[in-house]
Amino acid sequence: MAEICLAFVMLGVTAYAIFGGADFGAGFWDLTAGTAEGGGRLRGMIQRSMAPVWEANHVWLIFVLVIVWTAFPVAFGSIFSTLSIPLFVAAIGIIFRGAAFALRGQAGTIREAKVLGGLFALSSVLIPLFFGAAAGGIASGRVEVGNAAGDPITSWVNPTSALIGVLAVVTGAHVAAVYLAGDSVRAGVPDMVQAFRRRALGSGVIAGLVALGGLAVVRSDAPDLFDGLTSGAGLAAVIASGLGGAATLALVFAGRYGLARVSAGVAVGAICLGWVFAQDPYFLPGELTLDQAAASDASLTALVFAVGVGMIILIPSLWYLYRLVLKGELDQEFEPLDQRFRPQSAGGQPPAGAGQ
Amino acid sequence: MPGMSALDAVLAAQSVVETLGGGSQPDRVEARQMQALSLGVHIPIVCFGIAFPAMILFVEGLYLRTGDPAYKALAKRWSKVALVLFAVGVVTGTILSFEFGLLWPEFMASFGEVFGVAFGLEGISFFVEAIFIAIYVYGWDRLPRRTHFLAGVPIVISGFTGTFFVLSVNSWMNNPQGFDVVDGQVTDPRPWEAMFNPNLWHEVVHMYLAGYIVAGFIVAGIYAYAHLKGRRDKYHRTGLVVALSFAALAAPVQVIVGDWAGRQVGKTQPVKLAAFEGLTKTQKSAPFTLGGLYDEKTGEVEYGIEIPWLLSLLSEHNPTAEVTGLDSVRPEDRPPVNIVRIAFQTMIAIGTGLALLGFIFFLTWLRKRRLPRTRVFYLAVMAAGPAAFVAMISGWIATEVGRQPWIVYNVMRTEQAVTNADGLEVGYAVLVAVYVALAVAVVWLLRRLTAAPPHTEVSQAELPRTKVAH
Repeated sequence: MAEICLAFVMLGVTAYAIFGGADFGAGFWDLTAGTAEGGGRLRGMIQRSMAPVWEANHVWLIFVLVIVWTAFPVAFGSIFSTLSIPLFVAAIGIIFRGAAFALRGQAGTIREAKVLGGLFALSSVLIPLFFGAAAGGIASGRVEVGNAAGDPITSWVNPTSALIGVLAVVTGAHVAAVYLAGDSVRAGVPDMVQAFRRRALGSGVIAGLVALGGLAVVRSDAPDLFDGLTSGAGLAAVIASGLGGAATLALVFAGRYGLARVSAGVAVGAICLGWVFAQDPYFLPGELTLDQAAASDASLTALVFAVGVGMIILIPSLWYLYRLVLKGELDQEFEPLDQRFRPQSAGGQPPAGAGQ
Repeated sequence: MPGMSALDAVLAAQSVVETLGGGSQPDRVEARQMQALSLGVHIPIVCFGIAFPAMILFVEGLYLRTGDPAYKALAKRWSKVALVLFAVGVVTGTILSFEFGLLWPEFMASFGEVFGVAFGLEGISFFVEAIFIAIYVYGWDRLPRRTHFLAGVPIVISGFTGTFFVLSVNSWMNNPQGFDVVDGQVTDPRPWEAMFNPNLWHEVVHMYLAGYIVAGFIVAGIYAYAHLKGRRDKYHRTGLVVALSFAALAAPVQVIVGDWAGRQVGKTQPVKLAAFEGLTKTQKSAPFTLGGLYDEKTGEVEYGIEIPWLLSLLSEHNPTAEVTGLDSVRPEDRPPVNIVRIAFQTMIAIGTGLALLGFIFFLTWLRKRRLPRTRVFYLAVMAAGPAAFVAMISGWIATEVGRQPWIVYNVMRTEQAVTNADGLEVGYAVLVAVYVALAVAVVWLLRRLTAAPPHTEVSQAELPRTKVAH
């Protein structure tokens, strides 16, 4: 039962890393898009792509939290009390990201749009950075069992945390660029396809380099994690992730964005899985094995049953949403973000939340 | 834990050992206030999550039956507001779930496995809500009409189930069961027993109705203002009548549910009920004291109006019944009486007023088939929204402060549950600043959303229905 609950956790972490990560990555491209006029088209495409799905994507995070605190309560309490600083910063970032994104769609002037967009984009970079840092603290065995028992600073300010934080930002940006290129094809906006294609290729290469270079960091900072990632199932997952990444680059290069969506997901998912294999049998490395961390059987059984039944409703619903999105049924007209504020079209445009 | 005497419960509580081994620290007040602030921001938004989708679907149903574009414009406008509020609910709800771990790690570590399954189901509800609200709002004019309407139904259902499961956890904190305490350790968790605890049912119904009352009166208040400003076309009138009807239906029913809730609290948390009433001594034929202030030293309510037998009558439906007083437990096991009592009486007073307002509305409607015409009625409706908000928050203060000093009633004290991490005051200050900014931004956005004239919600082709031609 503990294994099934761990599988739920990893399903949620993987889905959040891919879909939530892509939304944060979109924020990264928004942040780096340049001036209001120059970046208006990129930002318009980002706004249009993210709007219908970001809330559902975000719920994966809640899903992970509820499974962990029910199935692995001692680990949950230990993680949140030791890593309180990065997790609090991420939580505040989540408020700014979500609220600013929702509000930007209604901005009335270019100034408002700039401020809200800046908040949205900046927090989109901070959230994965701090979540990654927290994950690094767990993976490198810096969370001790107890109420704030680990070091409040070095548990997340350390080489592994820095690596995973940066990797989370870069891979999110890469996946986002792949998805946005595909969305641009669907919207029939060739210059945006090219813009995101370039970004997907560039960020993909950087993500690969960071991941490879990162192995050296992990080797010196967290030898146990390194051993896990370079042997057995952990190694297989790392290789699968590398292959997925390489395939994505090839597919993006060839302009096959539909398949690239899948392979990019595989690359991210495999590394999440590799993390689990690498720290097996531990839930908190060096502190708490999976069996020690697990709640009693009655609770795990009830949770598996409840979530299992929930999945019967959830999976078709998600499938329906993504199918509508990928078929373009929920698409709005493409409109550069700054266009609403140009004099000739001022006033008459409906807010961006409106399906025309 | 049913069947336990108060003394047994206290003894059991003393033997609960913090799972993570951390002790208490003095600044737990900040932790409680952070949690209270976050809930105070989240719950009003949830009211809209509960009630708004049903109101929107009702108006869309009118549109489907009549084809009148005014109905469509209204439903579409409301759905955009609902989406924005949902986005805010998503982020404020996320903060809450983070705070469980950031502020109360001992609580989560000891009891997560007991109550957590309900949160698992709440998570699924939340997911379904997020999926279909996106489909619904972005699907206007894209999905076939019937499909679009049906896409709204899961939002209403998941709004209810989400409320149900969250309140399952809250009611469990107030009436904990489904586990044993052996040598200070929580053992033998029985999650279903915990989930379906006896406090669940009245809390769910009470909160669900409160959602309709708060959201209904707030929305109605906006259209009442428009009415007084002379905007009385079909669009605005529908907005007023629909929102007001939902709220006015729920408000009188809430009085009956409140009576049920009060008696249930009397059974499972007699000390809390005693705090509601400022009743120090356990006594038969207990009086009800209206208003006034409780004096901790004398144990008397000063300046209140005493109505004989009423408390016994209310809590047991028997004027001579015995009602448990605060003196049934040690002073350190009593909640802060004045906060709880004032909050409780505020809720009762406002709730009664809202029920009356709803009653007047329906009486006029039934007898004269029209809206009331007096200016004061519309002013009252405008005041009813903020008042309902205050009543609901007061109700939560009465419930949650009335639970103190326990986080798990009679089993774990709040100070046992709190984090050992430093810097709570910094977190608190940041959170206050962030929520103030958020509130300003949301109000600003909603004003902008409602500023655009209604006809922009429907395409030009739909407006003059006789002229549709392509």
